Amino acid sequence: MLAVNFLILAAVLFSIGVFGVIARRNAVMVLMSVELVLNSVMLNLVAFSQITDSIDGQLFALFVIAIAAAEVGVGLAMVLMVYRNRRSIALDELSEMKG
Amino acid sequence: MPPFVGPEVAWFALSPLLVLSGGGLLLLVVGALTGRWPRGLYAAVTATVAGTAAVLAAIQWSRIADDGPSTLVAGALSYDAFAQFLTITILISVILVVLLTDEDLHESDADGPEVYGLYLMAATGGIIMAAANDLIVLFLGLEALSLALYVLAASARQRSDSQESGLKYFVLGGFSSAFFLYGIALIYGGTGSTNIGRIVASLQSSVTTGGDNALVLAGIALLLVGLGFKVAAVPFHVWTPDVYQGAPTPVTAFMASVGKAAAFAAIVRVLVVALPFYREDWRPAIWLLAVLSLVVGSALAVVQTNVKRMLAYSSISHAGFLLVAIEAAGHRAGEADPGSGVVALVIYLLAYSVLVIGTFAVVTVVGRNASGDVTLDAFKGLSTRRPALALALTVFLFAQAGVPFTSGFVAKFGVIQAAVEERSYAIAIIAMVAAVIAAFLYLRIMVSVWLSGESSDVDGEPDQTLRIPIGAGLAIAAAAAFTLVVGVMPGWLISTAEAVTTYAR
Repeated sequence: MLAVNFLILAAVLFSIGVFGVIARRNAVMVLMSVELVLNSVMLNLVAFSQITDSIDGQLFALFVIAIAAAEVGVGLAMVLMVYRNRRSIALDELSEMKG
Repeated sequence: MPPFVGPEVAWFALSPLLVLSGGGLLLLVVGALTGRWPRGLYAAVTATVAGTAAVLAAIQWSRIADDGPSTLVAGALSYDAFAQFLTITILISVILVVLLTDEDLHESDADGPEVYGLYLMAATGGIIMAAANDLIVLFLGLEALSLALYVLAASARQRSDSQESGLKYFVLGGFSSAFFLYGIALIYGGTGSTNIGRIVASLQSSVTTGGDNALVLAGIALLLVGLGFKVAAVPFHVWTPDVYQGAPTPVTAFMASVGKAAAFAAIVRVLVVALPFYREDWRPAIWLLAVLSLVVGSALAVVQTNVKRMLAYSSISHAGFLLVAIEAAGHRAGEADPGSGVVALVIYLLAYSVLVIGTFAVVTVVGRNASGDVTLDAFKGLSTRRPALALALTVFLFAQAGVPFTSGFVAKFGVIQAAVEERSYAIAIIAMVAAVIAAFLYLRIMVSVWLSGESSDVDGEPDQTLRIPIGAGLAIAAAAAFTLVVGVMPGWLISTAEAVTTYAR
């Protein structure tokens, strides 16, 4: 079935996103990787909506788009705040607290 | 095509949520349009809004007791005793935290409506999670709570450790939310619906005809990753110490109480209510998370020197106890006699929320005078400087350790009893051993408070007197009174909580 291909694409996107979050040290790149994971979820939802022939998935995808936008807004604001203070957005340099 | 018909909305049943979210928005808008309000007014308004919502939730509780549980807004929210109990727990926590926040904000000259508005929004999200009867709604509640918490963690904008804790929490939190969402998508694919009632119905027919559903199993695994992060269970706990340490202390208290209560409510909704047919699959995972959290949380707490970090690890160990209750509930999830796991869980959540806020309230008061320093040294000689405060801290720490005649004992006893009833002897023994290890940590703080002499300043200057602000004093007194009353007379709480296992779906 054709829809299964979309699920495979979503899984690949998900894996790329997870790899990005783990491997990147730049906060903005990590943010983009998280967005990639969310996009893979949306693809999944729409594909499942086709397979199971119900509308819930497409509805959910709309909600996810809104949430993702809110998340990026908060995230970029926070990155900007940290950049103003430290002139750097490398996540591995955020290590004031240890123990 | 039939015309679109909107769902029927029972406005009064939704009133606690409406009051909270409306109050939060109003506070933000009016606060932004007017100048700075007189000292303490923001806190008073917020506490009033939360108090009103709590009273409305209590009214809903009695209506549910009369009429039985049902669902609201076309099956999106459940209207049952579990939701109302968690609503009241969350609102009590909000009121106590608000009392602490006023002084903390005033001290750093940051009086304003933003923090209070975010508290109310986060509480709304938490209550939606506790009442969700649809995975979409559950996710929306989770994000409303989490986004507010990220901002709250970074709300002391001028302090770089607060910024750091906010960004760390955001990156890891957003990542875990994405896992959670992928899990929901897979369960939707496996069952054809996001509504919990319809998921149960769909699984009932497919499980009885035999065969496991690979999509649902993978979905459960991803959901457990997301939820494990939110409740700070080992191995998803790495953010907890840093975030708890860097965030302003009242916000830390908020995370430890409201954040935990809402996340555990979500676990109950997803695992116990929606997926009872897969209990043999998720129970071993919960068992492992519980044991790891208990052991690692208790062991690492003991070696810390910063009190906020200590309490962060101790909250991980408490999460382990709460997971033991979920494990116990997992043995008979979905049966007519559900066992006492969830009852023990809600009692533990209420008791723990109150006493953890009390503990952090004392840390706020002590930490302020030591110019933000909350190492163990800051507590030295507290018994001679402020005997009442030292006494209250002792009550809270005894309660966290689970000493009899405190609410902590009632909570821990309930959880262990629930585990033993289900013959989970191994996990009950591990939990008790972990409680003993954790007791050592609380004793370390108490030794600092009672047995060490006056903290010696380098210049030999006398310690400035420790001032207890009215709000914080009220919060500490109320939390200590609750801790002792529940410890001595737990009967009423237990019999009230027994109503929570009849879910609407």
